[in-house]
Amino acid sequence: MGDVGKRDEVLHSENAAMVVRGLRESFNLGKTRSFQWRKNQLEGILRMIEEREGEIMEALYSDLAKPQMESFLHEISMAKGACMVALKNLKSWMKPEKVGTLLSTYPSTSSIVPEPFGVVLIISAWNYPFLLSIEPVIGAIAAGNAVVLKPSEISPATSSLLARLLPQYTDNLCVKVVEGAVTETTALLEQKWDKIFYTGNGRVGRLVMAAAAKHLTPVVLELGGKSPVVVDSNIDLKVAMKRIAVGKWGCTSGQACIAPDYIITTKSFASKVADEMIATVQKFYGKNPLESTDLARIVNSNHFARLSKLLDDDLVSGKIVYGGQRDEKRLRIAPTLMLDVPEDSLIMRDEIFGPLLPIITVDKIQDSFDFINSRTKPLAAYLFTNDKQLEKMFVENVSAGGMCVNDTVLHMANKNLPFGGVGESGTGAYHGKFSFDAFSHKKSVLSRNFGGEIGARYPPYTPRKQKIVRALLSGDIIGLIMILFFSKSS
Amino acid sequence: MAAAGLEAVLNEVRDTFEGGKTKSLSWRKSQLNALLRLLVETEDEIFRVLKEDLGKHRVEAFRDEIGFLLKSVNYHLDNIKKWMAPKKVDIPIAAFPSTCELVAEPLGVVLLISSWNFPIGISLEPLIGAISSGNAVVLKPSELAPSSSAFLANTIPKYLDPKAVKVIEGGPRIGERLLEHKWDKIFFTGSTRIGRMVMAAAAKHLTPVALELGGKCPAIVDYLSSSRDKKVAVERVVAGKWGSCNGQACVAIDYLLVEEKFAPILVEMIKGTLKRFYPKPDDTAKIVNEHHFQRLSNLLKNPSVTSSIVHGGSVDYKNQTIEPTVVLDPPLDAEIMTEEIFGPLLPIITLKKIEDSIGFIKAKPKPLVIYAFTNDQKLKRRIVDETSSGSVTFNDSLIQYVCDTIPFGGIGESGFGSYHGKFTFDMFSHEKPVLKRSFLTEFSFRYPPWNEQKLQLLRRLYEFDYFGFALVWLGLKRR
Repeated sequence: MGDVGKRDEVLHSENAAMVVRGLRESFNLGKTRSFQWRKNQLEGILRMIEEREGEIMEALYSDLAKPQMESFLHEISMAKGACMVALKNLKSWMKPEKVGTLLSTYPSTSSIVPEPFGVVLIISAWNYPFLLSIEPVIGAIAAGNAVVLKPSEISPATSSLLARLLPQYTDNLCVKVVEGAVTETTALLEQKWDKIFYTGNGRVGRLVMAAAAKHLTPVVLELGGKSPVVVDSNIDLKVAMKRIAVGKWGCTSGQACIAPDYIITTKSFASKVADEMIATVQKFYGKNPLESTDLARIVNSNHFARLSKLLDDDLVSGKIVYGGQRDEKRLRIAPTLMLDVPEDSLIMRDEIFGPLLPIITVDKIQDSFDFINSRTKPLAAYLFTNDKQLEKMFVENVSAGGMCVNDTVLHMANKNLPFGGVGESGTGAYHGKFSFDAFSHKKSVLSRNFGGEIGARYPPYTPRKQKIVRALLSGDIIGLIMILFFSKSS
Repeated sequence: MAAAGLEAVLNEVRDTFEGGKTKSLSWRKSQLNALLRLLVETEDEIFRVLKEDLGKHRVEAFRDEIGFLLKSVNYHLDNIKKWMAPKKVDIPIAAFPSTCELVAEPLGVVLLISSWNFPIGISLEPLIGAISSGNAVVLKPSELAPSSSAFLANTIPKYLDPKAVKVIEGGPRIGERLLEHKWDKIFFTGSTRIGRMVMAAAAKHLTPVALELGGKCPAIVDYLSSSRDKKVAVERVVAGKWGSCNGQACVAIDYLLVEEKFAPILVEMIKGTLKRFYPKPDDTAKIVNEHHFQRLSNLLKNPSVTSSIVHGGSVDYKNQTIEPTVVLDPPLDAEIMTEEIFGPLLPIITLKKIEDSIGFIKAKPKPLVIYAFTNDQKLKRRIVDETSSGSVTFNDSLIQYVCDTIPFGGIGESGFGSYHGKFTFDMFSHEKPVLKRSFLTEFSFRYPPWNEQKLQLLRRLYEFDYFGFALVWLGLKRR
């Protein structure tokens, strides 16, 4: 590479610096802070989604062979919904929140004023390349920031669509799309941002946070993990399997951060689970799932090779009870079910992010919680049960980004719920108002006037003054009155 | 502490948390009550160590540390049940009936790295919140306040659950070793330089952090017509500089911005107030150690700064004290105006118009607090709208620190993450959404194989077009 490589790096670095400088100038002019500007951008994005729906669906099909249904449900509708929620609530979100003050600061008025961070960087992912780009952008704009969006290069059609369309519908002095791969992303991460929002995996998440640390930039990291599904016996197995199946293979063929990663159930119930799941998969995708147009494909050959390796693992290949068919040319892997997979197999180590569903078995259903807790905290955890006690145990003892009982994935669609991880699955949350909050600094404003002066605050300090300060801090109004009116002044 | 010793301590804390003890309401309340007892029963001891480490007067120590903490513990005790209760959340999508709630759960084992200037207050305030949100805690007090550090190490195990709350004393080396471990959250109070190191170490484990850093907190002093207002404002300015740890506080007023024509009056009033409030060196806290004393006296050695001194300026090398000093219009590129002062020196910068203060502040890194003494509502509005800071306080100083209903924290170089009151509880919690469904209501259009009708149903649903939805469902409408 030598000189050319270095020159490229310098160029990317200079470009990145220039982009940030330009955005900072725009931000400092104050344009992005006005309600009108924010409303205009959001309306522009809404129009973009409505007018260009066809092109967006085409790009998603090109990148991932996403079934039209999925593209519509999970990307178009969710993005439109986010826009509409922001537009509907923007005025009230922007309003300062009046809060009560306590005796210790009486008399005063306090409020919490949301203000934009400034210039923010959003790094998106490839599996929901449109939604995971546009939803954080909506939040950043609603909060009044200037934005750089770096879509994933692994979904190139959507990336170039965004680079082409966003400037047509938004203010491109304040909203920029920068395409590229590792070099460009590294150059961007060297700059000083006021906030960084990253969606992706834990390995790169660490690099993002380390880069942010140099500039003390706060981050939101939407990462992943192995989202477990605990399946109790004594449930409506048919409905349960359908809900798990649609959450797994109905979400970009399992390539989703909150897709059920593995099932965990009792040894005695496992084969029933497997049988019902096989029946469900056949109903959904027919006898030739590789030909089904209702399944997305694997994003690229790297991931195809990674998933193939998981299937070829000696510990696992004998446990396949359904599926396993692959088509390397078309990058397709059939929905695959594995029963009684050993805990130390390759497939149980990292997030699967694909159409393979292992079933782990335990003796008692409660053992599943210990199993889950012995691993890193996932982005989502699911439980299917009618046992209220088990449900309570689950909610209280298992830590995850979010949870669903008797369903999967749905919590992502509720704009009133914060969506984010904990531990290895990430930090920070968004969706709905939480997006606005993620990109806002909540500034306290305390206002006093010059009346209500209590000389006790100031030296020289005397015993009487000390008593007053004590009473003030403990909110002891009676005590305070006693001292002020009934004790000797000194 | 030997490596094996540290590992054993950290393993014990982790095991204690995993055992589930710290999650119960009764455990949390018992710890908070124990903290209350600690503060009341060892009050004299706390006064003693704060006097030793920082020469703090009892009133200052009570106001800024003991009393402040008592208020916090009581606030948490009063509200903990409410904060722990799951919050019900509305669900807009009617077709998928479910209940939603938000459950606050503890993050796990948290590391608190405290600072030297409020060695008891800044150690225990986050501890209160970490405990009330159900975490296990490791506290590393600052070694630069050794008596306070020893006090905490000796006293906390006597009152709090020693398996769940640990105090580890030591300097940078211990700090580094602690940072090598994986924590569920790190809360750091201190300098920007170390803040960067803490965050970089945390990045290796994806540990979320909160950084309470510093900066140069400006105080805009507008012309006030009433002489009473002037008097009160100056008293608050003086207390805001020298009244809390002698300027060694992240929320202390760092420098003043004032209109040229008002400056002489302001200087005279400050002189008078200083004479009344702090006539003797003992009346203000002492400079914490030799390193900071050298740093501060060096700020004054710059000849252009020395020539700008209008009050004070004398440096006592033997006792390591510097008298309250006021400097008028030092050069803006002198270190006294580029670095956080954290000491008893007050620069006053004059401007042609008070509105110029906004541009002046914007050109510098974002501070923790912006203070402004003014009755001009328009100026207040402009300050809030056009500047950025952790917080803004009008017509007073320091007082936002004791208000539990507003978040306390920085932005940009002054840090991120906020605490105090419920914000501390939230800071050490993960807000977990839980969505519950029944098996009963089932809609076949959710599932493959996909067809046009299912797509139309879902389109209507997502647009909340229930009537259109019904029509498509009944097969009476195509698009």
